[in-house]
Amino acid sequence: MGQQTPLHDTHVRQGARLVDFGGWDMPLHYGSQLEEHHAVRRAAGMFDVSHMCIVDLCGLGAGPFLRRLLANDVGKLRTPGKGLYSCMLREDGGVLDDLIVYRMDDTFFRVIVNAGTRAKDLAWIRAHAGDLAVDVVERVDLAMIAVQGPEARARVAALFPPEAAARLLDLAPFVACQLGRVDCASTALAECFVARTGYTGEDGFEIALPAASAAAVWEALHSQDIRPAGLGARDTLRLEAGFSLYGNDLDEAHDPLASGLAWTVALNPPERGFIGRAALEARLPQVREEITGLLLLDRGVLRGHQRVLTDRGEGLVTSGSFAPTLGRSIALARVPRGVEGRVAVEVRGAQLAARIVRPPFVHHGSVLIPAEILGEQP
Amino acid sequence: MSDIPADLRYTTSHEWLRLLPDGQVEIGITQHAQEALGDLVFIDVPAAGRSVRAGEACAVVESVKAASDIYSPVDGTVVEGNPAVAASPELVNTDPYGAGWLMRIRPQAPAASLLDADGYARLLADAG
Repeated sequence: MGQQTPLHDTHVRQGARLVDFGGWDMPLHYGSQLEEHHAVRRAAGMFDVSHMCIVDLCGLGAGPFLRRLLANDVGKLRTPGKGLYSCMLREDGGVLDDLIVYRMDDTFFRVIVNAGTRAKDLAWIRAHAGDLAVDVVERVDLAMIAVQGPEARARVAALFPPEAAARLLDLAPFVACQLGRVDCASTALAECFVARTGYTGEDGFEIALPAASAAAVWEALHSQDIRPAGLGARDTLRLEAGFSLYGNDLDEAHDPLASGLAWTVALNPPERGFIGRAALEARLPQVREEITGLLLLDRGVLRGHQRVLTDRGEGLVTSGSFAPTLGRSIALARVPRGVEGRVAVEVRGAQLAARIVRPPFVHHGSVLIPAEILGEQP
Repeated sequence: MSDIPADLRYTTSHEWLRLLPDGQVEIGITQHAQEALGDLVFIDVPAAGRSVRAGEACAVVESVKAASDIYSPVDGTVVEGNPAVAASPELVNTDPYGAGWLMRIRPQAPAASLLDADGYARLLADAG
């Protein structure tokens, strides 16, 4: 038996099929992962993401430390609560993890890292914090619920008193706010950290809250017709949205330039010396691989580790699945840079026809693949 | 407890067999198997006329999460792959012992070492 989130008993009661994920017992689905996927695309769903690791960096040194620790630049975060997606790199440029960092104020940054990388991330962060004026606090006292979908924000806000609801609905994309005890009559909803971020390609909130309140808030969200959804739907949603999954599409063996994440590496200003910068700059003129998207034209399902055959050489599927919004199979694949058009993928001994399609495949409920490509014959 | 019809025979790899009046066998996957796989999204059934050996992978069922081979429980010749499940894989989730059948095979010899419903129930209980 793995570690359990504060919502474990709730999941069991709601009929979740639990699986091990990074050492945690997590819901795979509550009956049908396809229906959960569609609920998020069409209305609202919620995910227990309490297995993810919240790390608060506090102190005068937190900002300067993060500017050295991360490949993206927290110096871009000018407004309070603003968040930033970034990779954390080794000296050789390999991706230790991908994360979101929020600047709550000058001396308080909140970082959310992956569950499976928790231990190595914390060790790395603490080792590099050294004797800088920064406290590294792992927030094991917090649970986290992601509410996603076109109706998500309105249905969450409906639980809050008018002033707090207005604050939540005013949040710009990728901005977070902290609600205090005075903002909410309900004690379960007090002290919520609410960010307008997610991992599904839909609008919504990610809510961090005291672990003791998690079950009550989950029930309250459920009463707002927000459907519980498991990691199965989370994976197909993020794949359609073109988001990387650490361990599949990202790993220590590849740098962000070879992982479709060059846009997250802030090489300006040039004087900012972040960990991995020298390695990336040395490799910049000769990046040979990239992550791109595939649409399967033949019948079948693309899966991780399948070989991709292109006119520029071989590649590898890093994440593949059935895309419920498309009714087709899609994938992310690491291929030789510059590959376009048709490729073949080795699926169970056969070579199936696929087409390079730049992710995202789906955004805010809309399919982004042109109809003529969806209609192509193998 | 999983639904395990008494009139069928079962394999340890979670296929079921139904003996048809004309001597053919109809093959599918069990309620337990479809539950474990989750929502099915792709099914490849064998073409009519294909010879299969007992234990040979001859169909593929893929859920959102994973692909699984389906093994023929008998030596024989494929009479028909079910075109309905190829078009609508969810039939296997909703009706695994009925409309969700995968293939019909004309066996060359009686199948050996199959489980009856009680035996399959014990297998699930032991694994459980």
